[in-house]
Order: sequence, then C-alpha cells, then structure tokens
Amino acid sequence: MLEQHLAALPIILPLIAAPVALILGRSVLSWGFATLVSGLAFIFSWQLLTAALSEGVLSYAVGGWAPPWGIELRVDVANAFVLLAVTAISTLVLVYSKDSIEKEVKAANHSLYYTAHLLCLAGLSGILITGDAFNLFVFLEVSSLATYTLVSLAADRRCLTAAFRYLVMGTIGATFILIGVGMLYMKTGTLNMLDLAGRIDLYDSSRTINTGLAFIMVGVSIKLALFPLHMWLPPAYTHAPSAVTAFLASTATKVAVYVMIRFIFTVFGIEHVFVDMGMGLILMVLAVVAIFKCSYMATVQSNVKTVLAYSSVAQIGYMILGLSLVSVAGLMASMIHIFNHALMKGALFMAVGAVFYRVGSVDIKAFAGLGRKMPLTMAAFTIAGLSIIGVPLTVGFVSKWYLVTAALEQDNWIVAALVLLGSLFAIVYIGRVLEAAYFQKLPESQGSKSIKEVSWLMLVPMWVLVIANIYFGIDTTLTTDAANSASEWLFQADAMSESKVPEGQVSENHVLEERAQEVSS
Amino acid sequence: MNLWQALEPAQLIALSIGVPFVGALLVITTGKFPNLREAVTLITAVILFSIVLAITDYTFNGIALQADVVEIFPGLGISFNVEPLGVLFAIVASFLWIVTSIYAIGYMRGHHEDNQTRFFCCFALAISSVMGICFSGNLLTLFIFYEVLTLSTYPLVTHAGNDAAKQGGRVYLGILLSTSIAFLLFAVLGTYALTGTLDFRAGGIFDDSHNKVVLSVLLVLFCYGVGKAAIMPFHRWLPAAMVAPTPVSALLHAVAVVKAGVFSILKIVIYIFGIEGLKDLATTDVMLYIGAATILLSSCIAMTKDNLKARLAYSTVSQLSYIVVGALLASSIASAGAALHIATHAVGKITLFFCAGAIMVASHKKNISDMVGLGRKMPVTFAAFAIGAISIIGLPPMAGTWSKWYLAIGALEADKLIIVAVLMVSSLLNIAYLLPIPIKAFFSKPAEGAQPWSWSETKEAPLPILIALTITSVGCLALFFYMQPLVDLINLIPGVSTDMTASTDMSASTNRGEG
Repeated sequence: MLEQHLAALPIILPLIAAPVALILGRSVLSWGFATLVSGLAFIFSWQLLTAALSEGVLSYAVGGWAPPWGIELRVDVANAFVLLAVTAISTLVLVYSKDSIEKEVKAANHSLYYTAHLLCLAGLSGILITGDAFNLFVFLEVSSLATYTLVSLAADRRCLTAAFRYLVMGTIGATFILIGVGMLYMKTGTLNMLDLAGRIDLYDSSRTINTGLAFIMVGVSIKLALFPLHMWLPPAYTHAPSAVTAFLASTATKVAVYVMIRFIFTVFGIEHVFVDMGMGLILMVLAVVAIFKCSYMATVQSNVKTVLAYSSVAQIGYMILGLSLVSVAGLMASMIHIFNHALMKGALFMAVGAVFYRVGSVDIKAFAGLGRKMPLTMAAFTIAGLSIIGVPLTVGFVSKWYLVTAALEQDNWIVAALVLLGSLFAIVYIGRVLEAAYFQKLPESQGSKSIKEVSWLMLVPMWVLVIANIYFGIDTTLTTDAANSASEWLFQADAMSESKVPEGQVSENHVLEERAQEVSS
Repeated sequence: MNLWQALEPAQLIALSIGVPFVGALLVITTGKFPNLREAVTLITAVILFSIVLAITDYTFNGIALQADVVEIFPGLGISFNVEPLGVLFAIVASFLWIVTSIYAIGYMRGHHEDNQTRFFCCFALAISSVMGICFSGNLLTLFIFYEVLTLSTYPLVTHAGNDAAKQGGRVYLGILLSTSIAFLLFAVLGTYALTGTLDFRAGGIFDDSHNKVVLSVLLVLFCYGVGKAAIMPFHRWLPAAMVAPTPVSALLHAVAVVKAGVFSILKIVIYIFGIEGLKDLATTDVMLYIGAATILLSSCIAMTKDNLKARLAYSTVSQLSYIVVGALLASSIASAGAALHIATHAVGKITLFFCAGAIMVASHKKNISDMVGLGRKMPVTFAAFAIGAISIIGLPPMAGTWSKWYLAIGALEADKLIIVAVLMVSSLLNIAYLLPIPIKAFFSKPAEGAQPWSWSETKEAPLPILIALTITSVGCLALFFYMQPLVDLINLIPGVSTDMTASTDMSASTNRGEG
C-alpha cells in the first residue's frame, strides 16, 4: 500500500502535516512534529532514489487519472537525487531551528514558522517530482508563498522590505512561467511534460513556442537568481531568520536550477534550446559574469550573511555554466554542484546563525575573537569555507574538478581558466571572516564575556553537514554515480522523446538525433 | 637496519604518513603535560625516520612500493608510489624533523612562546603532508598534499597572532593558494584532459602526439603553479613567512615547504614531461632564464636586508632557483645536481636558521648590524653559522660543493655557458652577504655604548638549541665526505645520472672556474 504511493508521499506528507503543525500550536510540539515529518520524507526520498537507480523511471498517476490527461508524478534518478538533498537539508535545518528561531522569531510565530517550512518543503518536493508543467507552476507558487512568509518572520523589521521585494520579483517570475506554460498549452493542447516534448518537436519553428520558451527561461532565471535577475536574493537572505536562510540557500535556488534543467532537457530538447535558439552562449556569458561580479561583490560586503548570499549567486553561476556546456559531463558537474553546494552553504549559514544566536549580530566585526569563544562553530565555518574555496578533500574540489574537466573536454580552455580564477575570490571573502575570528581580539564589553559555544541542537546538524562536506569530498561514489546516471538519463530522455515523432518525419528525426549525440559527446 | 620487516611494504607508506598524523593527535591529547608532549614529538620523529630508512632499504633493493588508498574520481584517486627522488626528500625531511624537534623544544621554551601545543601539532601535520608529497604516485595526490601542507603551515606562520603575523599570513596563504588553484590545478586538469592519466611515469606521460605549444604553456603553469618554489615574481610569500617562530622558518621555510615546491617541479619535469621531452619545448629556456634571474636578483635583495631572517629568506629564494634551473636544463647531470641540492641546501640553510634563532633567544637580536662582536659570547653558534654559510656558498669541504659542481657540469653539458656564469656570480654574491656576518661577529668589537642591553649576561643559547645546530653543521661536513649513498640513490632515478664520462674534459674546465 505504502510502496504503491511512494512517489506521492514526499509531497503529500508535508502538505498534510503543515496545518497540523499549526494546530499543535506549542513551539516544542510543532518542532518535534515537523522534524519527524521531514525525517520521514527523507527516508521516502532515499527509497525513491534506490528505486530509481535500479528500475529507472517511476510513474504515478495522481487520483488514478492516466497521463497525459491526469497529473503525472515522475521520479527518475535526476529528481530523486535532488529530492534527497532537499529533504536531508530540510530535516537538518529543522533540528537546528529550534534554538535558532527562539532568538530570531517571535514566540507567537513559532508554529507558523514550522507550518511555512513544511509547506515550502511540500512545494519543493512537488516541483521536483511532478511531470506536469502547470502542476509545476502550482508547486512553485506553494513553495514561493511559504518562502515569502518565512523571510518575513524575522524579528528584525528590515525583513519586511526584503520579503516584499522578494515577493514582487518572485511573482513576476512566476507570472512569466505561467505565461510561458500557457503559450505551450495553447499551441499543443497538453500540459504533461513528456507529451509536450513530443508535440513541440512536431513544430519546426513556431513563434508561440519560442516565445513560451523565452518566458519560461526568464521566469525560471528570476527564481534561481541568475545574474542580472538576482537582486532580490541578497536582501532576502540577509534579513531572513538564519535557519530560513540556511534552508533556502541550500534548497530553493537549487530546485529552480533543476526546473531549468528539466525544461531544457525534457520539455524543449537540447537541440531546440541550444542549437536553434542559441541559449547556450547566453547562459554561459551570464554565468561567467555572475561568477565574477557576484564573487567580487561578496568580497566587499560587511554583513557576513550578505557575503554568503552573493557567494550563492556566484555559485549558481557555476551550475548554469555546467549546463550551458551542453554535454553529459557538464550537466553532471551541475548536478554534483547542486548537491555539494547545498552541503557547503547549509553548513556556512548554520554557523553564521549560531554566531547570531550568541553575539546578536552577523557583521564581520561581530566575528572578532570568536575563534576562541566558539571554537566548534568557527571550525565548522572554516571547513565549509575551505570547501567553497575548493580545497582538495572537500566537496568543493570535486565540483570544480568536474566542471573544469567538462570544459576542457570541449577544449574550452578559456572557460576552464575563468572557473578557476573566479574561485580565487572565495579565498578573499572567506579569509576576511576567518581573519576576524582568529586574529582580532574580542571587544571588551559586558556582553562579550557571556559568549560561549551554542547548544548541541545547533552544533549537530552543522557538523553533520561539515562531515558530509569532507566525506563526499573523498568518497564520491554516491554523488558521481547518481549525477552521472541522472545526466545520462536526461540526455537519453531527450533523444527518446524525439524518436516519438510520427513516421513521416523519421528520416529528418534521425539526423536530429545524430546531431544531439554529437552535441552531447 | 630494517626494523619494519614484519610489515607489508605497502603498509610502510601508509605508516610514513600516518605516524606523524597520529603524532599530531597525541600532541593534542598530551597538551597539558609539556614534557610528555615533547617526548611524543621526538619519539614520533624517530619512528618516522626509521620507517623512511626501511623504505630506503627497499628502494635500494629494487622493490617497488605502491599503494592505492581511495578512488576519488573514477580511475583516479589518492595513490602512492615510492621512487628514489621522493625517498631522498623523505630522508632529508624526516631526519631534519628530529633535529628541529630538539631545537624547537629549546627555542619555544627559551622564547616563552604561547600555544605550544598548537605549534607542535601543526608541525607534525605539516610533516605528514610532506611525506604524502614525497611518495605521491600521481599528480592529484601531489596536489592534495601540497594544499594540505599550505593549510597546515598557515597557523605556524601566524603563530604570533599579532598584526605583523596576520599580514604575513595573508601574503603567505594568498600567494600559495591562488597560484596553486589558478595555475597548478589548471595545469593538472589540462594534463588530465590531454593524456587521460596523471600517473608519474619514467620518461614522462606526454609523447609526440601532443601539441608542443600547449605543453609549453603547461610547463609555465606548472612552474608558477608550484608557488612554493618561489620563482620570481611569486616569491613574496617566503620573506612574508619569516614572521613565524624560527623553528618553523628553519624546517619548513628552508627545508620542508620550499623543498616540497622544487621537489614537485623536479618530479613533474622528470616523470610528467620527461627530461628528453623538455628539450623540445619553447618555454623551457624562458623559465630557465627566469630562474637564473631569480638567483641573481634575490641574492642582490638579500644583500640589502639587515634583518638576518629576511636575508636568509632571500638567500633561500635564490638557492631554490638553483634547483629549478637544474631541472629545466634538461640534462641528466643537472637534474642529479638539482636533486642533490635538495639535500645539501637543506642541511646548510637549516644550520643558518638555527643560528639565527639561537641568536634571537640568547640576545634578542634580529638585525645583522647589532651582531658585531657577538661571536665572542656565542662562539659555537657563530662557528656553526660559518660552516653553514660556506656550505651554501659551495666551497669545500662542505656539502654544498657537490650539488653546485653537478649543476655547473650540467649547464656546460647543455651548452648554457650563461648559466655557468650565473652560478659562479651567485657564489660570489653568497660570499658577500653571508660570510661578513660571522667574520664581524668574531673579529670586530662592538662600538662603545652600542649595546644598551646587558652585554655581560649574554651567553650561548639553551642546550637543545646548541645540540641541534651542532648536528646540522657536522652534517654539512659529513655530507661532503660521505656523499656516495645519496649519489647512489639519485642514480636510481630514471633518466638521471651523475655519470660524467661523456664530459670529462669539460669538468676540468669547471674545476678551474670554481677554483
């Protein structure tokens, strides 16, 4: 019974649990409940990944309505892999947030916080698993609305303007996606992604579909904060409660990157997006500019959360760069970085949240002397920071290795060099924080004497991520296997959907397929 | 000699990296009891040296040691492969670690330094990563341990924790990390993309099918990527690192870290490009002359420095380029000279640094101009300084003679007279900036009233310091007479040989030149 509905559980469970958490009312109760639910979702997504790795695709018809008429949930290696990362981070963040939000969120809003978190998780899982373009938009809105709430929950009133800005930009993005999906529906009469893919291929060049593609790409780019559409992200990450930032930074944008991958590879097809529409070069240029501009911005900020926020935008640049290379290796590098970056940024934001919990500020000055007062937190920050820089034996090195190898595979030496040069900025912005923590004296004041290490409830999730940073930096079997089969699967699926074209066009299709393989190899 | 026969050969490699690592952990746990902690350091150092000797034994017997530890990327991971060049470096580093540990105990206590546990812990970690570099079986392993070495020495450089230390640490980490990520990693990945392998192989992994222009660019990237080799203009980190306590400067910034740099270049030249393959590359000569320029320029800068450690640092920059030049001359004798210079410069320079530290502990003097007449108070220290200086200059009967000898013959063999000239001029410069220090210390009297501190109370440094610098200065002498084992070891390196029958008549002319 349970196994039959396994695919739907990671969405349904948090969705049903969200109002229950609100009803439970008391902070501790709803915390325990939300953590439990998220933990269960993690177990289910683990099972989904193993199932997907062994069986390939799991298809689930919601309400028993067969696709393409009903809504289809499709679990494959690619989305099961991202789902695993999302649910894992969500669980860890929930464990962490009990102490963290006590300081940053008003007591009356605690159960609201857990409710919004669960809703956001349900939305993100839905985006990942669904096989229906309109349904994807719905889940995107579910997660986005929950996110706006989460950002605005901080006790600091500046979060309200940040949340409003996020709301405006996010809604524009969502509207663009809706318009794009609407255009596709208008032209093809279907919303199921696979069905869409087959039908889009029938049109050689349709202005409606091309416009739809443009709308969707811009909309998704806003959601994933691709330069220059990233302006909502730094204030939102800076002013949101730390636990929220840790959750969003390591999941929300990653899921949006996944949406872009899905639309490019499953719905429109690489041939159409990269060859006919020439999106590859646009994305590559934007990604490189994002890496340099935002890494530079990160080096000049004084608020450490803003530093890390800009760093996130730059890291998204790496992910987009990988997919703009249009090869199995490049896509694999992107998928690996989605996973790895979640580990690094999660740990970093948790460490910063711990500092806020004790010191009450995340300005770079507030870090002075913390190396002695909060040794475990700052050690976690150091290791995760080294991972962002890309020092060997951390996940950051693995990501960079694959990305540069993918670029070199195509003899793209310039991109390879730019990737490595861009990562030098990380030495500066991480180094500034570490210098403050380890070399500056703690300011002499009444409050500074009471600064001590945070409780284990905050330390354990932080260190789980830190150890994961090292573990997956040495034993890369899980990440590379999953990412590799995911990207190979995405390329195959693309080729498959093209082969579904009716008989009359077989010969032409054959040529197309060959070209797709050329591009991919 | 072989105490470790009971173990599998491959386990020895793991031990050579594991022992100092475990030592570092033990240092932390015994941190509350300084005597026990120092005993741990010393015992670890001795055990490590005996392991390295056992590995040497296997190498002489022609038994190849190999170990694959973990596969990070499909078909590529951390793996170790013992070869003679690495053994040579490992012997030097592990032996000098024992001596430095003795010295450090005297220095750190005599100087009343804080955070001694962190100091000894990071020191052991640094040695552990040096062993990893020595025995690395592929470029990835080399790169990983290279980075670990940079990071583990950073707390040592910034040990003092003041603004000067912070500034020095910034330059240190900034240059070493940036060059390694931007150039070295790029070169490693480029090599991987071209050949599909990163293994060190005799004769190199590139062949004629590879584009020479790309290989030339890779060579430059490798040379500058190994920032630890301190080729100008990326040499600034080494003088900056001198803010560290003297034992760190002595072992790490005269031996372990900097030699890890030139060792990497030598290893890359011999096992990635191949000595023969190097001859066809356009940039070999360019880098060769940059190396030669580094030799002369940094010697000139050294002359202007009054701070003793700064002068020694620039002297090190200059001496490191000897090895780079030796590697890039693409001749088997020059490579042998370069490999030998790793050992001979190590004993010489560590003696000089030991002396600098001894002077600092005993008289709190950093500047050379204040050391006039000090030789009467500290005769042992300054005698050792003179011996070390003569070895660095390359005059008999000190160890440094041999390596300069082979380097010069190699330069002649490669028909690069200008390099021979550079080596000779550099020796003269060495004389000019090193020898006056002990001479003035012994034979001049300090000016009246120039010694505001209690002159009468100044005496020799604590005993451990004296023991350490005596050992290394005796080492300088001993290596001159008993060079053969090291030469035998170097002759085992594929493509490298000290055999100069082919160029006997030329060696006669060098003899005159040096005399």
